[in-house]
Amino acid sequence: MLKILIAEDDPDDRDLAQEALSMTGLASEVRFVENGQELMDYLNRGGAYADREPGLPDLLLLDLNMPRMDGRVALRAIRETPALRLLPVVVLTTSRDIEDIRYCYETGANSFMTKPSRFQDLIDAMRKLEDYWANVVNLPPSN
Amino acid sequence: MQTAIQQPDQCARILVADDDPDDRMMIEDALEDCGIRVNLDFCVDGQDLVDHLQGVKNNAGSGSAPDLILLDINMPRMNGLEALRSIKEDPALKTIPVIMLTTSREEADVITSYRLGCNSFITKPNLYDSLVDLLKVLSEYWIDFVKHAPVQKAIDDTLGRD
Repeated sequence: MLKILIAEDDPDDRDLAQEALSMTGLASEVRFVENGQELMDYLNRGGAYADREPGLPDLLLLDLNMPRMDGRVALRAIRETPALRLLPVVVLTTSRDIEDIRYCYETGANSFMTKPSRFQDLIDAMRKLEDYWANVVNLPPSN
Repeated sequence: MQTAIQQPDQCARILVADDDPDDRMMIEDALEDCGIRVNLDFCVDGQDLVDHLQGVKNNAGSGSAPDLILLDINMPRMNGLEALRSIKEDPALKTIPVIMLTTSREEADVITSYRLGCNSFITKPNLYDSLVDLLKVLSEYWIDFVKHAPVQKAIDDTLGRD
């Protein structure tokens, strides 16, 4: 079972992602954070997450345009933090800007996906994503 | 470098570095059997891969920058980890997704590969049918869903061209 953390500021997009993941038939455990600052607190067990259980998610789905700290800054912070260096990060965003794609790969994103706008396509994308990361890939140790 | 499967240019280009001829043939057959249309090229070790990518950068490689690299680890002359380091340290090449595809399931290899910036790490299955299934999931993910950075543009920018 894949432990997925999703950083996404839009409540509708969070609902859609939750719904799509529940319909893939691949039972992942899903958690959400709502901006880059909350994401870094979660990963570093700081702020409101100081008392959370230890361990990292298997996979982070990272939106780019978020308030407080955007996904680009968070991605760089993750790759510059030794304890988070190996965390698999898939950027999932509405952006299809070539500069964003290039920046994310340069900064160490494991892959970059554009959010499908049709719900059926989102389910399909989530199924492919879970199938790949849960059943094909050897993940780095997450503790 | 050896060209294996040739398709129209708009199909994705996968570059596989593997020193074992039987493994290369098995990967080629499995990619054909999983029904995904790709251009497929092979390098026979890490040095061949690094040389080929330098050729692509210098335009000697007919502009055929790969969309995806599948990289074995245990190879003569230059192993996959050294080749991975060289690719990920090169500003013109580092945006190319590199997937380790190896018989190794050693945790040390997994950790080192992710630390050096591989985009994912996959243990090669022994059974041919499992390899077909695996390459189908891999291709559907990386070719149908994932967005790639334009590698040629990165190369041109690094060389200071328009």
